Amino acid sequence: MSQTATRSVRAQSPTRSTPAPSRRRRRVSVGQVVTFLLATVWLVIVIAPIYYMVLASFRSQGTYLTGNPWLPQGGLTVSEYGTVFGAGLGRYLVNSVILTAACIVLTLTICLGAAYRIVRRSTRASAVSFSILLLGLAIPIQAIIVPLYLLVYKAHLYDTLFALMLAMSAAAVPVSVLVMVNFVRDIPHELIGAMLVDGGTEWTVFRRLIVPLSKPVLATLAIYNGLNVWNNFILPLVLTQSNSVAVLPLGLTKLEGQYAINVPAVMAAVLLSVLPLVVLFVVMRKQVMRSLGSVIMR
Amino acid sequence: MALFGVFIVVPMLGAIALSLFRWNGLGTPHWAGAQNWIQFARDPLARQALTVTAKVVVLSWVLQTPISIALGLFTAGRPRYRSVYAALYVLPLLLSTAGIALMWEALLDPNFGGLTALSRSLNLGFLRQNWLGNPSITLYVVIGLIAWQFIPFHTLLYAMGRRQIPDVLYEAARLDGASPAQMFWRVTLPQLRYTIVTSSTLIIVGSLTYFDIVYIMTNGGPGYTTRVLSLDMYQVAFQQNEYGYASVLAVVLGVVGVGIALGLVRFSGFGSMSSQQEGAA
Repeated sequence: MSQTATRSVRAQSPTRSTPAPSRRRRRVSVGQVVTFLLATVWLVIVIAPIYYMVLASFRSQGTYLTGNPWLPQGGLTVSEYGTVFGAGLGRYLVNSVILTAACIVLTLTICLGAAYRIVRRSTRASAVSFSILLLGLAIPIQAIIVPLYLLVYKAHLYDTLFALMLAMSAAAVPVSVLVMVNFVRDIPHELIGAMLVDGGTEWTVFRRLIVPLSKPVLATLAIYNGLNVWNNFILPLVLTQSNSVAVLPLGLTKLEGQYAINVPAVMAAVLLSVLPLVVLFVVMRKQVMRSLGSVIMR
Repeated sequence: MALFGVFIVVPMLGAIALSLFRWNGLGTPHWAGAQNWIQFARDPLARQALTVTAKVVVLSWVLQTPISIALGLFTAGRPRYRSVYAALYVLPLLLSTAGIALMWEALLDPNFGGLTALSRSLNLGFLRQNWLGNPSITLYVVIGLIAWQFIPFHTLLYAMGRRQIPDVLYEAARLDGASPAQMFWRVTLPQLRYTIVTSSTLIIVGSLTYFDIVYIMTNGGPGYTTRVLSLDMYQVAFQQNEYGYASVLAVVLGVVGVGIALGLVRFSGFGSMSSQQEGAA
């Protein structure tokens, strides 16, 4: 925590090898051992269930029930991965990919446009809509799920991916607009003014200046919103019903209904559902962690 | 804008309006005035759901906040192995709630689950419980699982908050002869107050409306011991088709949620311009 300070004091001290500093060093290291142990306990709490799931997914139903599930006894197999693909997991995966991609594109397009308008035109209407948006930040989705369902039902959109796309994009709007407004506001007005003087329209400014400059914030929001859409459970639960439009989280519970006693199959399905995210995470860990945090901290 | 209006604002007003009608989803809604609200006041199930929800909110905060602060400070620290830990700590964030629920169902199964197997090989009897079927422990199991799911995220927030504290403050405190404990209480915690407010708001509002794990793993049972308010609302709406009464529950959820969020922000002076570097000199 305060190691910079410790180190600089030590460096200036001519009596580096006297017992005092070394005793201090030992006391620090006892603290460090305790910290290390506690941190490792938490690491085990985090990793053990995941390890268990990975191991279980590579067993057959028989060896899972008879052998010790924590040890790779009785041989490993990938057969249950085949089972879940046969049971429709591929369909759910495709649905999730389509839905997530569509939501990201829709949300980012709408929100960047809206943010630009809010920043450029300070009319009363845009100010009012901005404050309504801020209120939307605090409204939990559970509180509006019933009328949302009725709305979708009356619009004959029940049980379609399209309805999910609209609802999830709408849910992502408040946070996204807020983050983007803060970003667009920081783009120097001189740049925009210069482009307008050179004969550009608001549209060319938006396309040539705002969009390219916003790339980092767009990436951040794409990751943040993408994760939320990918993992959302309650909206698909309420707004869809058929297997053909089920997305992964809902599909997983459907598979569990089918294979309640085949734990390896269910575990394989869960693992396949996170695989795309794990790949994303391994490729761009720093960016993902920053996205998750910075959107919330604003 | 229109999208947001249609899908968020209209349902918001719709929930309030619907709460004044009696409607089964077919036919025409009947004006019910305050009837649904009176039903709410007298409904023992709703009261039960409120109690359970309150427990979930309070215990989630009590459990998640200290652990997240500790882990956040740990991962923000210097030694290199910590960044490996930090990377592993975020793994639960990648799993969907449905995935987490199914994983833990496999682990907690009283007959063939991982914990039962562990209790057999290590001779630890207490690990063998009917985790999801024993009325006196299931709620706490659920709260624990919610913590398992969300502590990684709050850890991330606190780690970011800690990295933003200038080192000068710690150097100054050290020169003044502060002990590590004093530095924690006098420097770290006060400096983290914005993070604490943000994280607490998210924990409280999140656990107030918590639905997924409860729906998948216990569906409110055993008995009604884990029937939280949002699950109560879901079942009233989509299994009993009482959309009017369900909207009362939804409005309660929304108002309490927004109220707590605004209250916390106001109370903590989040909006005011107080100096971040208080005490730096």
